[in-house]
Amino acid sequence: MNLPARLKSFNTPLILVAGVLVIALLTQLLGIPLLTRIVTVMFVSLMLVLGLQLYMGNSGILNFAHIGFMGIGAYTAVLFTMTPKAKLLTNSDLYPFLVPLHLPFLPSLLIGGLVAALLAALISYPLMRLSDAAAVITTFALLVIIHVVLLHSDRVTNGPRTLFGVDFYTTLWTSVVFAVITIFVVYLFKESRIGLRLRASRDDRYAAASIGINMVTMRWLAFIASAFIAGVAGGLWAHFITSFTPYSFYLTETFVILAMLVIGGPYSVTGAVVGTLVVTAAREILRGIENYVNILNIFPDGFFGFTEVVLAIVLILILVYRPTGIMGSRELTWPRKQPQVKEKETLKSSGKA
Amino acid sequence: MINLEFIVNTLSLGSLYAMLALGLVIVYGILRLVNFAYGELIMVGGYTMYLLAGFTPLPWFVIAILAIVAAMFTSLFTELVAFRPVREKSLTAMLITSFAVSTLLQNGALLIISPRARAVTLPQLFQTSVMIAGTSIPWRNILTILTCILTLTLLTLLLRRTVLGIALRAAADNFTMTRMLGVPANTVISTAFAISGIMAGIVSIFFISRSASVTPTIGAPPLLVAFVATVIGGMSSLTGAVVGGFVYAIIISLLGVFLPPGLLEFREAFMFAIVIIILLFRPEGLIRSKTTGERVG
Repeated sequence: MNLPARLKSFNTPLILVAGVLVIALLTQLLGIPLLTRIVTVMFVSLMLVLGLQLYMGNSGILNFAHIGFMGIGAYTAVLFTMTPKAKLLTNSDLYPFLVPLHLPFLPSLLIGGLVAALLAALISYPLMRLSDAAAVITTFALLVIIHVVLLHSDRVTNGPRTLFGVDFYTTLWTSVVFAVITIFVVYLFKESRIGLRLRASRDDRYAAASIGINMVTMRWLAFIASAFIAGVAGGLWAHFITSFTPYSFYLTETFVILAMLVIGGPYSVTGAVVGTLVVTAAREILRGIENYVNILNIFPDGFFGFTEVVLAIVLILILVYRPTGIMGSRELTWPRKQPQVKEKETLKSSGKA
Repeated sequence: MINLEFIVNTLSLGSLYAMLALGLVIVYGILRLVNFAYGELIMVGGYTMYLLAGFTPLPWFVIAILAIVAAMFTSLFTELVAFRPVREKSLTAMLITSFAVSTLLQNGALLIISPRARAVTLPQLFQTSVMIAGTSIPWRNILTILTCILTLTLLTLLLRRTVLGIALRAAADNFTMTRMLGVPANTVISTAFAISGIMAGIVSIFFISRSASVTPTIGAPPLLVAFVATVIGGMSSLTGAVVGGFVYAIIISLLGVFLPPGLLEFREAFMFAIVIIILLFRPEGLIRSKTTGERVG
């Protein structure tokens, strides 16, 4: 692809960013606290889903460990932003060398992402050789391992108990800025040489190998980038929620972000964005119904699980009737630019020559 | 530490895990589907026992049979409604479907029954022990071992002596070829899901008797065990699944004895690390059979 064509293809991320900014502005203008909360969390989820898309969409391999790296990023960032006093207040057993660490918000987020990426780089290289069911079981195993380690590392994570006293840093606009950056990063990755090679290996691993693509390395790089994004998103989420446990980073969350990506369409960046918007909206409406029924107090044991049941049914229906998600592998582009005129030109020029 | 009690406990745990792994492998062998919803079949069995034991005067033996039947029908139903339509599409679609089915069943139980644990009444036999050679052995453990022997015998007879069983084994070996020879795919796959459900039902009786209660999330730990046992045994071999189940029980019991107390809580992490190592260096499992999946590099 030559340079002008590349620039033209940039209208996809620009449209997506415009969409994100419109939603953010509307939220800001409306100024409803609940809506602001929902939209902020949505943009953090968007970052997570985009990170997942970066690996899953380009390599075609399911990744269950994504939320695990989010957890690692969250706990790491929190260790740096909390004051020594606050840390000891929530977890008096903390390893002594962790207590004096203290940095501003942004560097802490980056460190969270880097630690997640570093761990991913160390662990995942051999795993990248596996495909299909073996890949699924190993990433699932990785999620379980990360969860068990977080759960029982009392002196770092406060174990299964809630870690509280985290400062609130992630405002609506913080999450918007990070979501916008991630849209560009993920889109650029997809169009980059690595992304292109990875997609080639996804479509036909033998053909890709035969033209000299090192599939394992390409997958590995994508996995690291994906873990980095998950780590930063974890840090953002932690400084929005301000208290959490290792259970926040396990199967329920994994199901939600997988549902977002699969419903939207795992093979395109637009799909990740659309899926996040649609699923967030659906979840909030369903949750509203669930809460309303709970207030009515019809059921003695409460009315729980309704949201997940509906979401699971929708996910199955999507897989049955539209297995490539709402967007398929299409990206949103400006519809009017058709290359017809240009084709004529090239025909003419080739005729002259 | 390695005494009669330890041996019987490990054997009974191994029997349980072997049946658990068999149920997962029988579907995997044919469809290459790692069924995440398998654990929820155990939950279905558990809730059936809770409802029948609590609200009907049926004798316990009948309740146990009905629990197995309920798990079997749930398994068949999920196959019909969710897995059959996505079967032809892609492996990834099928895997995500099974994850969705698992979430659906789990939250369905949450919604319909309760998020709280429900006590399951069990017969006296499950709480009593018998003295053998000076050590007290719970009847439950002996029953688990006996049931496992019986189930494995029946399953072997089914797989070796009946046309259906032979078709099933042929399909596990080469599904496309089997279909070309005129074996209807739907029958074979439904049978595999039925057997998977029966296994989950049998396991649910013994698994739930350990805690005597059932919760919506009770399916998760046995599912993880089944994953590990299956990988150890080589994913697509039925013999391998049985061996994998016993190996898992032996490893976990030995870890329980020899791991220092500080590391004991990381036992699960150790087991899953073993899984990753096995998949990397011996993807065909400890029992050699057909390869698990394509590996690059």
